[in-house]
Amino acid sequence: MLTMIGKRLMFAIPSLIGVVIVTFLLTRALPGDPAAYFAGPAATKEAVEQIRKKLGLDKPLIEQFVRYTNDLAHGDFGNSLTTGQPVAAEIRNRLPASAELTLLGLFVSIVIAIPLGVLAATRPGSWIDHLCRVTTTAGVSLPVFFTGLVLVYVFYFRLGWSPAPLGRLDVFYSAPNTVTGFYLIDTLIARDFETFRSALSQLILPATTLAIFSLAPIARMTRASMLAVLASDFVRTARASGLSPGTVIVTYAFRNAMLPVITTLSMVFSFLLGANVLVEKVFAWPGIGSYAVEALISSDFAPVQGFVLTMAVMYVLLNLIIDILYGVIDPRVRLEG
Amino acid sequence: MKRRDFLKSVTGVAAGALVPAPAIFSAAKADARSETLLIVSEGGPNNLDIHGVGTNVPGYEVSWNCYDRLITHEMKSGPGGVPYYDRDKFKGELADDMKIDDMSVTFKLKKNAKFHDGTPVTSKDVKWSLDRAVSVGGFPTFQMSAGSLTKPEQFVIVDDSTLRVDFARKDRLTIPDLAVIVPCVVNSELVKKNASEKDPWGLEYTKQQTAGSGAYKLTKWTAGTEVIMERNDEWVGGPLPKIKRVIWRMVPQAGNRRALLERGDADISYELPFKDFQELKSAGKLNIVSLPFSNGIQYIGMNVTKPPFDNPKVREAMAYAMPYQKIMDVVLFGLANPMFGAAADKATEVAWPQPTKYVTDMAKAKALLTEAGYANGFETTISFDLNFAGVNEPLCVLVQESLAQLGIKTTINKIPGANWRTELNKKEMPLYTNVFSGWLDYPEYFFYWCYHGNNSVFNTMSYKSPEMDKLIDGARNAASIGDKATYDSDVKGFVDLAFKDIPRIPLYQPFVNVAMQKNISGYQYWFHRRLDYRALVKA
Repeated sequence: MLTMIGKRLMFAIPSLIGVVIVTFLLTRALPGDPAAYFAGPAATKEAVEQIRKKLGLDKPLIEQFVRYTNDLAHGDFGNSLTTGQPVAAEIRNRLPASAELTLLGLFVSIVIAIPLGVLAATRPGSWIDHLCRVTTTAGVSLPVFFTGLVLVYVFYFRLGWSPAPLGRLDVFYSAPNTVTGFYLIDTLIARDFETFRSALSQLILPATTLAIFSLAPIARMTRASMLAVLASDFVRTARASGLSPGTVIVTYAFRNAMLPVITTLSMVFSFLLGANVLVEKVFAWPGIGSYAVEALISSDFAPVQGFVLTMAVMYVLLNLIIDILYGVIDPRVRLEG
Repeated sequence: MKRRDFLKSVTGVAAGALVPAPAIFSAAKADARSETLLIVSEGGPNNLDIHGVGTNVPGYEVSWNCYDRLITHEMKSGPGGVPYYDRDKFKGELADDMKIDDMSVTFKLKKNAKFHDGTPVTSKDVKWSLDRAVSVGGFPTFQMSAGSLTKPEQFVIVDDSTLRVDFARKDRLTIPDLAVIVPCVVNSELVKKNASEKDPWGLEYTKQQTAGSGAYKLTKWTAGTEVIMERNDEWVGGPLPKIKRVIWRMVPQAGNRRALLERGDADISYELPFKDFQELKSAGKLNIVSLPFSNGIQYIGMNVTKPPFDNPKVREAMAYAMPYQKIMDVVLFGLANPMFGAAADKATEVAWPQPTKYVTDMAKAKALLTEAGYANGFETTISFDLNFAGVNEPLCVLVQESLAQLGIKTTINKIPGANWRTELNKKEMPLYTNVFSGWLDYPEYFFYWCYHGNNSVFNTMSYKSPEMDKLIDGARNAASIGDKATYDSDVKGFVDLAFKDIPRIPLYQPFVNVAMQKNISGYQYWFHRRLDYRALVKA
C-alpha cells in the first residue's frame, strides 16, 4: 500500500513541473503591466521604471524563472502585490476558509442528495422521483451568485434570521487560535461555544448555496447507478432469497452503486473549491478563489502561480484518496487497477 | 430509510440550521458596539505605508489616520453645510508653530508629541521621514516634487524640536504639499531598527504595521478581509477623537453593503452604485453625503496627434455630439456637477473646474463634421477602464449611440484595470473616457499636468500648444510671486484656450458619495476623499 502511494506521488512530479512552467509563462503572457499598475495613477514614466526594477521585472524572462523556481524550492511563493502579504501565508490562511465552506456545503449536499437519489431509484416514476428531478434541475440551473443573493435577501435582509454576510465571523468575535484553520473545529478545541455558534451561523447560508448547486450531479448520479445495480442479477437473487428490502438496498445495492458516486463527489469537490469564487464574493468570504481572481485582475503574478500550484497538488492528493477509497469500498478494485 | 423519516430528518436539519443567533450575547459586547465604528467597503489596503511600493488608495486612509503631518488644513463649511477642508488655511498637527520666511519655512514641534511606542517625536524623526518621502521613488517622491520638494538637503534640523524646510524655488504649492498624506512623520528609530541593507528605509516593516504618532494605531490587519484600529489616547495633534475603535471590513458585493447599511449593521459605506445612493437618499433612512471631487473632472479625451482628431473642427463637432444630459440622468442619477451648458454670455471665471458652453446639438455637430470633410463620418474606437465599468460602460454606450447619428462608427474597447495605465502611457487610444483629480486644488496645477506641452502622463491627448504653455507657466509664476492680476488673466486665458481647442471634452465633476447611519455625524470632506475617523461621532 505505502509503496503504491509513493509510486503514485512520484508520477505526479512531472505534471507539477509542467504546471510550474506553464503558469509562469501564462502569467507573463497576460496583457497588463504590473509595474504601471502598482506605480499608481499619478506615476511618471521614471516612477514606473523604478517600480519595475524593484519588482525585478526588468530582468530577462529566463532569469526571472530561475529566481522563481529557486524561491519555490525554498518554500517561498513570493509576495502578493495586491494584498502586500507573502503568498504562502495567504494561501495557508485562506485555504482552510474555502475548504471549511466547501466541505460543509458538500456534506449538506450529500446528506440530501444521496437519500434523494436512492429513493428516486427505488421508486422510479413516483412523486419522489419527480421531486428529485425538479430540485436538482432547479438547483443546477440557478447561478450560485443568484442563489446566494436571494438567500441573503430573504434570510438576512427580510427575515433577519441569518447574521450579516460579513465573512467567517461576526465583527465582534475574534478568531480562535489556529489549530486546523477550520473555525468550527478550532472553536470546539478552545471550548469557545459562543464563537462556534457565530462561525456556524455565518457558514449556513454560503454552505446552503453551494449545496443547492451541487445537489444535481450527486443525486442524479446516485439515482442512475442505483437503477443499474437494482436491475442486476445479484439483486434479483438477493430478493428471491427473501432478504428484507432494506438489506437488499443498503447492503447489496447501495454499496455497489457507490463507486461512480465517489468519483462524482471528488469531481464536485474540486470543482466547488475552485469555482466558489462567486459565493465567496457574495458572502465576503476570505477564501482562496476570490484571492486568485483579484490577483488575476491586477496582473499580480505570484498569487496566481501559487494558487494554480496549490490546486494542482490538491488534485493529485484528492485523486490518490479517491483511489484508496475505491479499494476500501470494493475490494475487487486494486490500487494498481 | 423510510420516506417519512427521511423527510422528517431533512426538515429537522433545515429548521435547526436557521435558528437565528442573537447578534449580541453580552452587555460588554453591546458597549463595544456603541464605541466602535464599523465601515464596509469593496477594497482594503495592500500596504499601510503611503511611502511603500504601489500602495493603493485604501492604504492612504490608514496612513491619514495613523500618522501625523507637520501641518494640516482647517475646516470650512462646504456644499450643503458639510465640513470641507479649507484649501488656504493651515493649522499645526505635529507642529506648534509655523513661520514662513522668504525662502524657507520653520516648524516648531509640539513638546509632548509621542509615537505609539512612547518615544517622543523629534525633528530628527521629521527630517528622516521627509528624506524618506523624497528618496524612495515612485508615487510619494512624485507627489513631493509637485511642491518643489525634491532633495533631502532641503530639510534642516535646527534643534531637537525645530525643523526648517528650505525652498528649492518659489512655489505656491510647497506649503500645501506639506499637508497632503505623503509627508507623514514616521518613528525613525523604530523603523531603522527593522530596516535592512536591502531595504534602508524599512518599507517592509511599515508595510505591515504603523509606526506613527497619529490619532489611531493599527491593532490588526488581515489583508483583503479587515483592518482594526484603536484610538491613541495620547494623541496631541488635535482634540481626542470620539470613536474608540474602528473596524473596517471588506465586503465585495455592493448589494450586501447596502443591505448591511439598511439593516443597521454597518455604520458607514462608500463605493455603492449611483442608483443605490439615489434610492437611499430618497428613502431618507440614512445620511447620504454627496460632494464634488475637488479639482476633478470626468472627460472624453481625444488623441490630437492622429486623424481625425488632429482636426479642431472634428473635436468641436464631438463636443457638440456628446449626450451630456443623458449621461447625467441615466449614468449618474444626477449625482455629479454638470461641466457643460454654461450660459452663452457667462464670463470665464478664475476657477477650476468650470463648465464649458457646449450643449448637445447634433445639427451643429453634423455641420462641423461636413466642414472638416467627414460628412459621412468615420470609424473609431472608444476605450475605458474596466475597474470603473459601473460608470464608464453605460457612458461609452451612450456616446456610441450619439456618435452613430453622425455616421461615426464607434467600437467599444474595454481595458482591464491592470492594463489601463499602460495603455494611457502609450498615448495611442484615439478616443477614451477617464477621470483626473488633483489633491492640490489649484487650476494651474490641474493644467500643468493635463494640458502642458511637457507631455506628462496625464496629458493623455498629447496636446501641445506653445500658447497654452506660456499661459500655464505664466500663472504658476504669477502665483508664486503673488501677482494676482497676471494670475487671473492667465488662468482665464488657459481655460478659454482649453475650451476652444477642446482636446478633451469635460463631462462632469464626479461626486464622492458616502452613506452612513443617522447616528453618525462629523463627516469631513478631504482632498484625498477618504474618511477621517478623528472627527466622526457615533451617538
